[in-house]
Amino acid sequence: MKRASFWPWLWLALGAAYFIIPLAATMQFSLQAKRGTLGFTAYANIFRDGNFFSSFAFSFQTAMATILISVLLIVPTAYWVQLRLPQARRLIELLTLLPFVVPAVVLVFSLARTYNGTPLTNSREGLRVLLTGAYVVLSFPYMYRSVDTGLRAINVRALTEAAQILGAGWPTILLRVILPNVLLSVLSGAFITFAIVMGEFTIASLLAQPAFGPYISLLSSSKVYEPSALAVVSFALTWASIGLIQFLSRGTPGQGQMAGPR
Amino acid sequence: MSFLEINGVRKTFGQSVAVEHFELRAERGEFVSFLGPSGCGKTTTLRMVAGFERPSAGHIRIDGVDMTDTPPNKRKIGMVFQSYALFPNMTVADNIGFGMRVAGRPRAEIRARVDEMLGLIHMPEFARRYPAQLSGGQQQRVALARALAAQPQLLLLDEPLSALDAKIRLSLRQEIRAIQRQLNITTIYVTHDQEEAMSLSDRIVVMNRGRIEQIGGPFEVYNFPQTGFVASFVGTLNVLPAEVVDAGAGRVRVDGQEIALGKPISGGAAGQRLSVAVRPEIISPNGAHGPQANQLRGSVEDVTFLGAIVRVRVRLGASAVHFDVFNNPHLAPPAHGDLVTLRFPAESCMVITEARNH
Ligand SMILES: Nc1ncnc2c1ncn2[C@@H]1O[C@H](COP(=O)(O)OP(=O)(O)OP(=O)(O)O)[C@@H](O)[C@H]1O
Ligand SMILES: [Mg+2]
Repeated sequence: MKRASFWPWLWLALGAAYFIIPLAATMQFSLQAKRGTLGFTAYANIFRDGNFFSSFAFSFQTAMATILISVLLIVPTAYWVQLRLPQARRLIELLTLLPFVVPAVVLVFSLARTYNGTPLTNSREGLRVLLTGAYVVLSFPYMYRSVDTGLRAINVRALTEAAQILGAGWPTILLRVILPNVLLSVLSGAFITFAIVMGEFTIASLLAQPAFGPYISLLSSSKVYEPSALAVVSFALTWASIGLIQFLSRGTPGQGQMAGPR
Repeated sequence: MSFLEINGVRKTFGQSVAVEHFELRAERGEFVSFLGPSGCGKTTTLRMVAGFERPSAGHIRIDGVDMTDTPPNKRKIGMVFQSYALFPNMTVADNIGFGMRVAGRPRAEIRARVDEMLGLIHMPEFARRYPAQLSGGQQQRVALARALAAQPQLLLLDEPLSALDAKIRLSLRQEIRAIQRQLNITTIYVTHDQEEAMSLSDRIVVMNRGRIEQIGGPFEVYNFPQTGFVASFVGTLNVLPAEVVDAGAGRVRVDGQEIALGKPISGGAAGQRLSVAVRPEIISPNGAHGPQANQLRGSVEDVTFLGAIVRVRVRLGASAVHFDVFNNPHLAPPAHGDLVTLRFPAESCMVITEARNH
């Protein structure tokens, strides 16, 4: 039975190589900033740059705000559609395609046009709100679909009615019964949203916001080794986020069949 | 005034009528079943009592208070769902305590009550488990405990046992009845299983196509069905086409053989067609019923061994009659082709005319 165990491993190795080799190469390249030796000079340069931290913090905060708003907006909406308006689901699914169809440039100009002359366009804070709004739109498809999938996996109607007959009102039902049971889906939607916001370039630069995306782009056009170092750092951050989700989801036994503590 | 009053309730969904003219009064501590075929409106009626559906007409009163427009979370009702509907993110203890937590009861009281309920359903060691770690029967017991924990004034159960296998169904239904008696809580139990309704209920509401056919105790509904539907839905029944011979003397002809009904046929005339119904367990193939009993002669067509009883089908010309005999290992059951004389008392015959109209 040697063959049976050989082929799967080969495919796994090939697949892993496809991802790991470019990453390793990038990493190796990023370590060569000082001629002839391997070292963390490029990384030191990045972390020494104040703009790295400020733009990262800016995007991080924007991402958190985006996630918060879209969770508050989408969880109750998806819940209500599932419970009371199942016939509206197709319409909403169609709407979720819009952010893919409408190019980011068009989105920005329409937003700027629509809110022209309001505080949203003529102040720094206003533009930031506008940016967050645009990101909520961008993340809508991912957030909605993952929450909707999560809701479909539980018997929304039965759980709602069970909670209602036990005396619960809508806030209690949403916060204590529905949300905990779709937490994993909300987290995965949040993670994708986080990734989108952290890397987004077009909207942020068109609105002249000091975000992480424009910073990376600026760095790539002006430096040699630092962009590679930044790519590696981004990867590390991404994996850290995935690890965090895995860690947090251990506490939600309802999702996996027997995932809870024994 | 009765504890639960359902007055002239009607429910329509668009054009279609789901429930009509529903009238029921139930006393405190009474166990009432809604029995009927699929789609007859049992669940709809129960959901109106719970407050999940609003009646299109009529009123629902609980303990003298009109609840027709009260939302479900203000009705103080406990409900057990067919799909259990336990909260997957909460432990058994948290599920049971949910209603009391929502009501803002003190922690110590909730704990004590949860322990008490766990004892009541014989599952004290399962407090820290999650629903996914329980069997179906255990989940449904937890659901029952959860429904009862906050001491509701009314308990509603919608086919709570239909997702379970036969053995557990039997033991759990006895457990439900025992707990209900112990707490003396007014209960409505929806089922399409007549045996379940018979064995559990103080009274049964037999429903068909959104209407009540009959309300009565199990004995009454089984032995004195008021409509053809009740007679045929509750229990097994031999329905024989017959022709009136003498309405005044209550004599009819079944496949050329004359039998007595023991009472005059009201509004009947000679030659009129009607149906005569007899329960299989009443019929006996020997002289058990005495010389005055009705007799029908035929030949054994089929014999089905059901364990404790053996069901025999006898052919009489155009119609067939079933009868039951107790299994007896020392006595061979009738065999195919045997000629038998079926005997049954005249008073055990039920006359079925058209279904009663409301
Ligand atoms: N929300 C609804 N919208 C439209 N029609 C409905 C709705 N709920 C029930 N009905 C209809 O009302 C009738 C009664 O349904 P109900 O669920 O009360 O039947 P049931 O007696 O509980 O049947 P079952 O034994 O199959 O559960 C059915 O014809 C059903 O199609
Ligand atoms: Mg039903």
